Amino acid sequence: MVYIRSIGNVSPQATFGAEGRANFGTTGFEPSGTAASATGRDLITPAAPAVYTGNRLKAIEPDYSKYIDAKLIRRMSRIIRMGVAAAMDCLDGAAAEPGAPTGAGVRAEAPQGAAATPTTVGASPGRLVPEAIITGTAYGCLEDTVTFLRRMVENKEEMLTPTAFIQSTHNTVGAQIALMLQCHGYNNTFVHSGFSFESALLDAQMLLEEGQANNVLVGGVDEITDTSHTILERFGLFKRETVSNLELYDTKTKGTINGEGAVFFLLSKEPGGLARLDGMETFYKPTDLEDTTQHIRGFLNRHQVSLAAIDLILLGINGNILEDEAYDLIRSQVFPNTPVAGFKHLCGEYPTASAFALWLATQKIQSGLKRVLIYNQQQQSHHSLYLVSACGT
Amino acid sequence: MKGSPVTNASASTGPSGAQGLHAPVWVAGTGVISAIGQNRDQCLQSLRLGQAGMAPMQRLESIHKDTIPVAEVKLSNEELAAFSGLAPTSSRTALLSAVAALEALADAGLVGAGARDESSGSRGATSVGWRTGFISANSVGGMDLTEDFYPAFLADPAKGRLRQVIQHECGAATEAVADLLGINHYVSTISTACSSSANAIFFGARLIKHGYLDVVIAGGTDSLSRFTLNGFNTLMILDNAWCKPFDENRKGLNLGEGAGYVVLVSAAVAATLKRPPLARLSGYANANDAYHQTASSPDGTGSFMAMKGALTLSGLAPSEIDYINLHGTGTQNNDIAEGTAIKRLFDPTYPPMSSTKSFTGHTLGGCGGIEAVFSVLSLQGGYIYPNLRLETPMKELPFEVATTFSEGRPINHVLSNSFGFGGNCTSLIFSKL
Repeated sequence: MVYIRSIGNVSPQATFGAEGRANFGTTGFEPSGTAASATGRDLITPAAPAVYTGNRLKAIEPDYSKYIDAKLIRRMSRIIRMGVAAAMDCLDGAAAEPGAPTGAGVRAEAPQGAAATPTTVGASPGRLVPEAIITGTAYGCLEDTVTFLRRMVENKEEMLTPTAFIQSTHNTVGAQIALMLQCHGYNNTFVHSGFSFESALLDAQMLLEEGQANNVLVGGVDEITDTSHTILERFGLFKRETVSNLELYDTKTKGTINGEGAVFFLLSKEPGGLARLDGMETFYKPTDLEDTTQHIRGFLNRHQVSLAAIDLILLGINGNILEDEAYDLIRSQVFPNTPVAGFKHLCGEYPTASAFALWLATQKIQSGLKRVLIYNQQQQSHHSLYLVSACGT
Repeated sequence: MKGSPVTNASASTGPSGAQGLHAPVWVAGTGVISAIGQNRDQCLQSLRLGQAGMAPMQRLESIHKDTIPVAEVKLSNEELAAFSGLAPTSSRTALLSAVAALEALADAGLVGAGARDESSGSRGATSVGWRTGFISANSVGGMDLTEDFYPAFLADPAKGRLRQVIQHECGAATEAVADLLGINHYVSTISTACSSSANAIFFGARLIKHGYLDVVIAGGTDSLSRFTLNGFNTLMILDNAWCKPFDENRKGLNLGEGAGYVVLVSAAVAATLKRPPLARLSGYANANDAYHQTASSPDGTGSFMAMKGALTLSGLAPSEIDYINLHGTGTQNNDIAEGTAIKRLFDPTYPPMSSTKSFTGHTLGGCGGIEAVFSVLSLQGGYIYPNLRLETPMKELPFEVATTFSEGRPINHVLSNSFGFGGNCTSLIFSKL
C-alpha cells in the first residue's frame, strides 16, 4: 500500500488548487445505499458544477503565471501547461503539509543507487522535489503533433520549424516537469490507452517498494484537440443529441461525452497524507462477464475487504447505454447493495479518466468516507480497480 | 522491505512467488529486425561483414528521398504481414514488432515454434501456462498510417479512411502484437523517445522481480515516417551522408527502423527451459538530464547518472565492463555528452565500445531493444562490433571506439546506453550467467 500525500487536478470542473478542492469538499453526495437506484442516480456534484450541454468538455485552466514563467507558458501547448500546473499544485500541497520539509533543500537523489550529483535546486523555493516523475498519457501531445503534421502536409515537407515537433513526443509533460524542478531522478512515461495511468501507478508503487524513492510524482494527462474530437466523433463515440453532463446517466442513448484533464498525485510509503491507496489492479480483454466478475471478486478477496466495508463505489459509467449496461450487470452480480456513483459526468470519457476518479476518491476520503472502490473500464477491453481508504483505518 | 512480496497491486492477478528484488532476471531469448537483417542471424552476419543498412529511401515517400539517406527494413508491409501473421493493413510499427517478438519467443522456446494455436486464433504464449507480459515501446505509434490519412482529412474533415487512424496511439501497436502472441496477462507501452525500449526492458525485469509476472517479452519498435524524418530534419541533426558516430567530423544521425525484444524470465521459468538462459540483466538505471527538451547537457549529467546507477545496481566496477554499446547517434551533441560522461566514469581505462547505429541507423523507440539483442549476442559470441566510418577520433575524448569486428573475446558484462529527448537517459547491463 502507498499513501497519497497530495493531489493536483486540472479538469473540466473547478478542481484546481485549494478552491478546487473546496469545491469538491463535503457537499453534493447522499449515498442511497439501495439497489433501487440505477447507475449514476447518486450524482456527485460539486458546490459549483461546470455544466456542459455539448459532447466535448473542456478543462478549466488555472492562472498559470503562479506556476510557470510567462515566456515558457507561451511556448507550451495546452497539455503541457495543464500537466505542469497540476504537478506543481500537487507538490505545493505536499510542501504545505504540517511537518513537511520546507525550503529549497529537498534533495532530488539519483535513482537506482546512483550516487552522482544530487540536485538541491527546486524551481521555486519551498516546493518539494520528488525523487521520481512518472506520467501516463494515451494520446500524448496531440496539439503539437497535429500542428507539425498539418504544416508538413500544407508546406509539402518544406519550410518547417522544429518547436511543435520537439514538443510532440509523448514524454514532453514528464520531461518539462523534470526540467522545471531540476529533478534528475527516475522519469518514465507510459502510453497505453486505458492502462496509461495504471501502468504509471504500478511503476510508482514498485519504486517505492524497492526503496528507490520516498516520494514519487505520478499523473495521468490527456487533451482533446479539434482534430482528435472530430476524428473520435466520426468513430461514433460521442452523443449526437444535446445533453447536460449533469444528466449524462439518464440519457439511455448511445455515445458518451469527450473529456480531458491532468491529474497528479504525490505518493509515499510513509503513513499519512490525504488517503491510502490499498491496491490497484488491471485486467485486459476479459473473456466474458463471468471473467470480469471473477477479477473484481478476486481483487476484493486479495485485499480482504467486505462489500459492507465499502462506503462508495465510483464506476466508470459514461452514459453510453451499451457500456453502462455492462456496468449494471456487474453491479447486480457483484455489489448490488453498495452505493455507487459515476464520475465521468464531471471529467468526460478519456483514457486516463481513472486518474480523475482516484482524485475524486481521495476527496471523498477527505470528506469523511472510510473506503472507496473504483471500477473503470475503457471500451470493455481495459479494466481497472482501485481501493482507497482513509489513513489509519 | 527487500524480498518482501508486494501486496498492494497487481497486473491482473495478485503477485505470487515474488522472487525478491535481488533475484536474477534472465534473458531466455532474443529477436530483432532492422535494416541490416530480418532476424538475429542476418543482423549478426551484417555486423560481422561491416555492411551498413543505409540507402536512398526506397519505401518511404518523401521529398527528401534523394537527399537524406535512411536505414529501412527492406521488406514491404505485405511481406512483413505474411511473415508475422498480422494483417497487412497494420501499422508498420506493429508489423516490425510482431516479426521480432515472434523470433524472440521462439528463441526462448516459449512458443510452439510459431504454430498457430487454433483454439485462441493466436500464436499463444499463454498455452505454456506462465504469467506472461508484453512490454513494448515505441515513439511513433501508427504515424506511418496517420500521415497517409491526414491530407484527405485536412481537405475535408469528413474524409480520410478511419482505418488508417485507428492505430494512431502508441498502445495500438503493442496490443496488435500482444493479441497475435496470445498474451493478455499484462500489456503496456512506454514512450520516452530514444530511451523507450531500454525502459521497457527495465520495467519488464522489475515486474518479474516483484512477482507480478514470470515471462516478459520486452523491447520496442519504430517504423520510419515522414513525420519523424521531417521533425529531425528541422532540428538539423540529420547527416546527408552515412552517419559517423564518435567521429570528430560527425554531421548528424541517420534515421532507421526496426524492432528488438528480449524474453525475460524468472528463475523458476529458467529452470524449466531446454537450454540455459543466454544472459542475466544485471543492472539498469534511469535518470533525467533535466537540461533541455532535445539537447544533452555538456557534461552528460543524465548519461553519467544512468551508467553509474546501472553499475551500482549490478555491483560492478567500471573496469569490469567488457564492451559498451554506445547510444552514439552521430550528432555533435549526443556524442560529446555521452563521451564526456564515459570519460568521467571510466577514466583512465576504457573498455572497447562502438555505436551499432552506424549499421542500423537510429531506430528511436526501437534502438534500446535492438541494441539489447546485440549486447546479448556480444556476450554469447565474445563479439565487439565495429563503429563504421570512423576517420578522425573526437579530439576532446581520450579514447577511441572500436573499428573492426572481433569475436571470441572474454566478454562477461556489456553496458548498453539509450538516451533521448526530454532528458530521458537509461543504461542496461547484460552479464554472463
